[in-house]
Amino acid sequence: MKDNDVCIRPIRKQSHFIEYTLTFSVIIWFIILVMAPVYGILREVIRNGAGIFIDSISSPAAIHSFKLTFWITVTAIFINTIFGVMLALVFVKQDFRGKIFLEGLVDLPFAVSPVVAGFMFIMLFGPNGWLGSWFGSYNIKIIYALPGMVIATLFVTLPFVAREVMPVLAEYGIEQEEAAYILGASKWQTFWKVTLPSIKWGLVYGITLTFARSIGEFGAVLVVSGSIINKTQTATLHIHQQFTDFNYAGAFTASLILAVLSFSILIIMKCVYKRKEKGYRWA
Amino acid sequence: MGIVVRDIYKRFGGFIAVDGVSFDVREGELVALLGPSGSGKSTILRIIAGLEIPDRGEIYLKRENVTALSPRQRKVGFVFQHYALFKHMTVEKNIAFGLEVQKRKRKDIEEKVRELIRLVKLEGYEGHYPSQLSGGQRQRVALARTLATEPSVLLLDEPFGALDAKVRDNLAKWLKELHVKLNITSVFVTHDQNEAIEISDKIVVINRGKVEQIGTAKDVYEHPNSKFVASFIGNVNVVDAVIKNGLIFIKDTDFEIIDRDIDVSVDRDIVLLVRPEDILVEKDSKQEGFPCMIQDVHYRGSFYEFNLCMGDTYIRSVKDKDDFLGKKWEKNQKAFVVFKQYKIFDASEGHWEIREKLRQLGYIE
Ligand SMILES: Nc1ncnc2c1ncn2[C@@H]1O[C@H](COP(=O)(O)OP(=O)(O)OP(=O)(O)O)[C@@H](O)[C@H]1O
Ligand SMILES: [Mg+2]
Repeated sequence: MKDNDVCIRPIRKQSHFIEYTLTFSVIIWFIILVMAPVYGILREVIRNGAGIFIDSISSPAAIHSFKLTFWITVTAIFINTIFGVMLALVFVKQDFRGKIFLEGLVDLPFAVSPVVAGFMFIMLFGPNGWLGSWFGSYNIKIIYALPGMVIATLFVTLPFVAREVMPVLAEYGIEQEEAAYILGASKWQTFWKVTLPSIKWGLVYGITLTFARSIGEFGAVLVVSGSIINKTQTATLHIHQQFTDFNYAGAFTASLILAVLSFSILIIMKCVYKRKEKGYRWA
Repeated sequence: MGIVVRDIYKRFGGFIAVDGVSFDVREGELVALLGPSGSGKSTILRIIAGLEIPDRGEIYLKRENVTALSPRQRKVGFVFQHYALFKHMTVEKNIAFGLEVQKRKRKDIEEKVRELIRLVKLEGYEGHYPSQLSGGQRQRVALARTLATEPSVLLLDEPFGALDAKVRDNLAKWLKELHVKLNITSVFVTHDQNEAIEISDKIVVINRGKVEQIGTAKDVYEHPNSKFVASFIGNVNVVDAVIKNGLIFIKDTDFEIIDRDIDVSVDRDIVLLVRPEDILVEKDSKQEGFPCMIQDVHYRGSFYEFNLCMGDTYIRSVKDKDDFLGKKWEKNQKAFVVFKQYKIFDASEGHWEIREKLRQLGYIE
């Protein structure tokens, strides 16, 4: 026993040194990159006093922009959760020609700059665009209106749920589902009772990412919305507008709210991971 | 008839996995599908269950043609090789699944689950998740889950394949008892001839997608109707030998084999296939025994297994317990072996090629 202790100690010391250095650098890096900007916003808001904070956030334009962001986010999560799960199911369980090509296409929103994506939609849905003129003939406005903003957000958040669910589905394989069929479950029952619970954590994580991306989306939405105050201005566009109008207090308060939201998402994500790990142990 | 399989074919791409298989399973019978790896056993079982659609042929369950029915409608029980338990459900929930999707009454479900847990001896494990169970326990949960819906036939794909030998033996015996108790028409897949012999009423030997032989364990073991069956059942030893100047020798030794039925006029290589139980191990050479060295002796419950070495050739032999008693067999001890019975394979291509050929034919694993 004694001998062992003697042997282990020097090694421990060494690894501690490396650990500390690593931890220290990570913390410094984290402070510079993440904490400082957050503190900056917070300080700015506090310096200007709570009055301005309340005023700037209760302006109709600000409230409208947050509402808009909220509804776009909810719609994007709803549609992309369903569509993302469907995509994952098709790609993992089905075999067809051109599958590899299509699978690559799912990642396109990651590769294309949001601004470029926005312009693609202008080309497509704009008044002179291919689909836009068709919609126009029915008096439906897509670009510079809510539908366009939702479509743009759907596009940029498309890969999240699909990409998170796919590996989980692939890992679970088909046997549990076959077992469910044989035990008399319908396809629908099998999906709800077997498939969905098994992809649950991938799905939750995908939705969290979709949420974060939706509330923060700027480029694509800016291009397709035209950023019309009280009409097509989302929270991020509102911040941008306040900033360019030298209304820093408004910009900072709105930013703080978004930052707090994002931070809550991070906390939620963390909890999800904790439970996921637990879930692996138990299931 | 419990199950009738009529002339089924199944191909995957260019590969014919099941090639015209027919067999019957009587009501209440326990039948083993026995064959080497890749011979199509699982595919046949999956076709019976409806998980795979045959390209041709019919399946009847209780006189009803179910070929066009989905797995749901067939009401068969299927136990997967790797259990396929629902990982996110407790033991209790797993067992209740089949009843819950049928929307049975809660009270009935609870009662049935309790009864099954008792049957598979898993009391106290109701709230455990599959990952908290041992392999044997998982297999029993899988069985209970399947039995819950009271299937008219039970299909088991290598039910004990993933378990270690000890657990496998116990579980196999337990399954046999259970089968006697419930008397449910069952088919189980295995590549282990001992398992098949031990617990089945009837064995269907499958090789390369075809039925080689159907019969009781005794039939198949003692009256094999093909070379394949003869060698596949009972782990053969492969012994290389040469014919030289009208005499037969075990390769690289001067141990001579006396056999008047072989044509010894041409010098060539031959291969002997000898079953472990056809090898007699003696302490001293009363008969014309070949000297050998005992590598090790394993206790196997009802018998002992010997690993012997004759020159460069390793062989496996078994000896009854009774036979064993009173004599002292030890590692690195000299002994003599006699081949009571063997099969000869003739080839001019040499030992290596003939071994390959035997392997392709399924003689050796
Ligand atoms: N879905 C599939 N697609 C392509 N080939 C398949 C498929 N399922 C089975 N096969 C092939 O069919 C053959 C028979 O497979 P099967 O699983 O029935 O064998 P098996 O007798 O159960 O073997 P084992 O004892 O190893 O389980 C194998 O060569 C396998 O590669
Ligand atoms: Mg198999």
